[in-house]
Amino acid sequence: MKTILHYLKPYRMGMLRGFLIKVLGTFADLGLPWVLAYILDHVVPLGHISPVLLWGVAMVFLAVAARLLNIKANRMASKVARDAIEEVRHDLFHKIMYLSGNQTDAIGIPSLISRLTADSYNVHSMIGRAQRIGVRAPIILMGGILITFTLEPILTLVLVSTLPLLTVLVYHVSKKGIPLYTKVSQSVDEVVRVMRENISGIRVVKALSKTDYEYGRFKEKNGKLAENEFKAGITMAISGPMMNLILNLGLTAIVVVGAYRVNAGYSKPGGIVAFLSYFTMILNAMMSITRVFVDISKATASADRIGLVLDLKDELLVCEEKESNEEQEASGNVSRIEFSHVSFGYHAKNSGGEEKLCLKDINFKIMPGESLGILGATGSGKSTIINLMMRFYDVNKGSVRVDGRDVRNYTPQKLREKFAVVFQNDTVFNDTLTENICFGREIGKEDMVRAAKDACAYDFIMEKEGGFLCEAAIGGANLSGGQKQRLLIARALSGNPEILVFDDSSSALDYKTDAKLRQAISARYKESTIVMVAQRVSSLMNLDHILVLEEGEPIGYGNHEELLKNCEVYREIYEVQMGG
Amino acid sequence: MAGGMGSPKQFNVENAGRKEGHKPKDVKGALLGLWGYLSRYRLPLLLAIFLTVSGNLLALVGPKLSGRAIDAIEPGKGAVNFDTVFYYVELMVIFYIFSSLFSYLLFVVMQNISRKMARQMRDDVFHKLLSLPVGYFDTHLSGDIISRVSYDIDVINTSLSTDLVQICASVITVVGSFIMMVSIEPKLILVMVITIPMSIFYTKYMAGKTRPLFRTRSVKLGEMNGFVEEMVSGQKTISAYAREEVVTGRFDLVNREAVDAYYTADYYSCLVGPTVNFINNISLALVTVFGAILYLLGNLTLGNISSFVLYSRKFSGPINEAANIISELQSALAAAERVFKLLNEDSEPEDNKDALSLEQVRGNVEIKGVSFGYTREQMIIKNLYMTAKAGSMIAIVGPTGAGKTTIINLLMRFYDVDAGGIYVDGYENRDLTRESLRRAYAMVLQDTWVFGGTIFDNIAYGKEDATMEEVVAAAKAAHIHSYIMRLPEGYQTVLSENGVNISKGQKQLLTIARAMLLDAKMLILDEATSNVDTRTEIRIQKAMRHLMAGKTCFVIAHRLSTIQHADRILVVDQGNVVEQGTHKELMEKRGFYYQLYASQFE
Repeated sequence: MKTILHYLKPYRMGMLRGFLIKVLGTFADLGLPWVLAYILDHVVPLGHISPVLLWGVAMVFLAVAARLLNIKANRMASKVARDAIEEVRHDLFHKIMYLSGNQTDAIGIPSLISRLTADSYNVHSMIGRAQRIGVRAPIILMGGILITFTLEPILTLVLVSTLPLLTVLVYHVSKKGIPLYTKVSQSVDEVVRVMRENISGIRVVKALSKTDYEYGRFKEKNGKLAENEFKAGITMAISGPMMNLILNLGLTAIVVVGAYRVNAGYSKPGGIVAFLSYFTMILNAMMSITRVFVDISKATASADRIGLVLDLKDELLVCEEKESNEEQEASGNVSRIEFSHVSFGYHAKNSGGEEKLCLKDINFKIMPGESLGILGATGSGKSTIINLMMRFYDVNKGSVRVDGRDVRNYTPQKLREKFAVVFQNDTVFNDTLTENICFGREIGKEDMVRAAKDACAYDFIMEKEGGFLCEAAIGGANLSGGQKQRLLIARALSGNPEILVFDDSSSALDYKTDAKLRQAISARYKESTIVMVAQRVSSLMNLDHILVLEEGEPIGYGNHEELLKNCEVYREIYEVQMGG
Repeated sequence: MAGGMGSPKQFNVENAGRKEGHKPKDVKGALLGLWGYLSRYRLPLLLAIFLTVSGNLLALVGPKLSGRAIDAIEPGKGAVNFDTVFYYVELMVIFYIFSSLFSYLLFVVMQNISRKMARQMRDDVFHKLLSLPVGYFDTHLSGDIISRVSYDIDVINTSLSTDLVQICASVITVVGSFIMMVSIEPKLILVMVITIPMSIFYTKYMAGKTRPLFRTRSVKLGEMNGFVEEMVSGQKTISAYAREEVVTGRFDLVNREAVDAYYTADYYSCLVGPTVNFINNISLALVTVFGAILYLLGNLTLGNISSFVLYSRKFSGPINEAANIISELQSALAAAERVFKLLNEDSEPEDNKDALSLEQVRGNVEIKGVSFGYTREQMIIKNLYMTAKAGSMIAIVGPTGAGKTTIINLLMRFYDVDAGGIYVDGYENRDLTRESLRRAYAMVLQDTWVFGGTIFDNIAYGKEDATMEEVVAAAKAAHIHSYIMRLPEGYQTVLSENGVNISKGQKQLLTIARAMLLDAKMLILDEATSNVDTRTEIRIQKAMRHLMAGKTCFVIAHRLSTIQHADRILVVDQGNVVEQGTHKELMEKRGFYYQLYASQFE
């Protein structure tokens, strides 16, 4: 909730103005029963009709004012809600874009998505309604007290005496209700998770005829959600009837006290009539406040989920340079990429280093103009090297240097500008092919076409309807696996990066295309340092250095000829692949 | 694995849908659909109505009683009739307590109904999703689909559980107060004759006006959710290219549109409340003035005016609320439209009524003259003939995008052929139940899929009642056992949401183990080892051979070395089978296959 208040702060003047307008509008509403009482107690006894009509006109005037002011206030409230939530979402999205790999893993992508969508929606509708409907009830309550005080101070005390009861009620119900809504949110996440899994795995589910099983799984989560919703709903539901009861009993008390006061000559019956009218107004307002109340409980749970992300500390901090590299720089002997004694485990930080390390004592050094290949079994840590090189995670031990500087001395953005990368299973966006290649960078048409040609993507793009302007479907569903990879490679090539990284990114290409691609890259991207993770020895054998990994440990490092001689595993792989 | 061109057909459908979108949408359909759900709870609904009626009637008597009490007070100083006052006050207390009790019970009943209903709707949506053709998921953002469950149904649910009660209560209160007012002074009702139609007319007019705005609001929100889904999922790529700012800039636009649509809907709908309130205030003013005049003429007591004013307030309360309720109902209707649109999508066509269940599969597959295209205009497969004897191995090779995966889609009957037929053991595909047909196949795909559950569950996924021994044996055969044992919880390790703690290659080994557990007679391997490195592949080769033994296998592979021993190789290019034969025959032919083969060694 704190988060949201923080975002509302800049709008406090606007909200205050809106609130004041709302107060005026509500007072105009409240003025009507006052005039009513005045007519009954002071004008009617005069016995003339014309003053009654005159006061009637005053009532109409108040009605007009109430309408105008309330509309104005409501619109202002909506505007504040809009502007505040726009900012919340912007900041949240921005924050998520900069989360470290660890942080994203910890919260989970689906949960991040639901925080940006469902949760921010809850907060949005709450901010609006709390201002429009939520404040009206307290204003009417306060305003009613104020006005009735001028009419009947003693009766007003009866009205005021119900307030502590109402406060206690609201406090208790919300104290119980908010945790229940947090539970509801969690169940929603569960339900969404099952859905998401099924959407992505629909082919497997269908192929194995597991639809009934999946349906059962969903039903269970869904049942849980329904149950939690019910619990939360029931808890909140108590507030409405209870408020009603308290206020109605107050109303009854007023009749009794009023009877004594009139009998003693302190009050006039008309005052009581007006009083009862106020009570009914307050009652009606309270009815709507219970609705807002549910909103607020829900939104608080949502706001906390959003706040949690916004409050995450930046993990990938830029460190002060510990040692100077002037010496190295001066001699012109600066390495492009250097790993020295690097160890790393994905969960090592959280579990005190007990967990298995993904990389152990990795050392290598690539000079400008050289290239690196990484070969190894699945799960041997190949992609992890890329993750560390580009600083999606920080190492546990040792250091990673790019252009002679520790990667922790760069801002992640500055560091990554040097790179262009194609990940395993990288993302094709639902946008034009042009946009998928240029990806929001300032890339000229020539560069784009050149990159597409080098990536062997040009021909298939031109065959598409609309060529470069063809829209890629969601997840690139209208492209084949090979087309996707070529498109992604074109994206990487188009920026003329200093370092080109391919993480097993030609696996879906047939040999012919793969060979053509490699020729194009070695011929036309001589300036770039190439880092390539691949399954095929043929993709790597021409590179300057090849690192062979097994279960996170380096078991071979050198060029093709050296490895054939010294590394048994490498030779084995080579023979199987080329011999067949 | 969607296969090259999974989408054009779907996109056309989508476009047609968009065009329809300009016409007024199907409010009636949404209402009918909602009623379809509500009507299952007739009994609780009746109870709810009873509680509403009695609770509100009790509350309605309140002002009448307080009016009587005021009449007893009216004589003024020293003349108040306390006996009468207390009599009515006691009654008031009793009535109010019961009224509150009833309204709480009502809430409980309604919550119960709405909970069941929402649950049912979510179940139905999910069930529907499972029955949709697979192509649907290639063309709809999962974020958008999910928001039907996480957002739309929630909106409907909230609206029904609170709004329905309120509407019921409102109707009773309005009708009841009206009757009460008539019984007090029919002449004053004349005021209502002017104001009620005004309120109703205005509310209705505004509802019509704001409905499209609420629909836009829903649509824009859906678009934003889709965008968020895509970008957050691609966050790593975005940060790798340091495009965070650019993407955030685009998000700002989408976000802006979403909040603007929200604001616009609010901007107009917030006219309704104050205006209706205004009409009520006018009616209060008129009641006061005429009441005072009638009082002066001696036709009305002060208590009567009090009761009348209270009733007119009661009368106006729900009408005020109606404005809020209507704006909520608008959102609910828009949401319901979206939900029912999904529920009304075409499912995979039902199995034929006399469809046979494929039992005792031998594994003879024959493709006879099959043509197929995802769109009518663009045929992917043209007049394909192929015979696969039981136990034989068929390889499908060709450049990327040539239509290899499409053949698999047809074999599994994810799509139906446009011409010709596919026969399994002599039965036409379409004469068999889908379930039995698909059960006859085991499948390992390039797109590996694991779900959030234990490793054991993931491997045993295709075979309920699989024992631990069987699972371990399969894992060992797939060379994933030792990796699993290294995990803290072994086979009981829960794979996290996105399977972040497991690499793609390991996932693929898991899916291979999964396929090993199935005793299907036919096997589809679509780039089944594309994510597994060569060394592991060598190690699991024996297991793969074991997996393939005695089965009719359809293998798609890039590495031609793996398919040289196939009984028959289909070479596909641009949707046509350009060559067919054994490795030896094709090599001798020196055609397309020969070229592909030679390029491996360039």
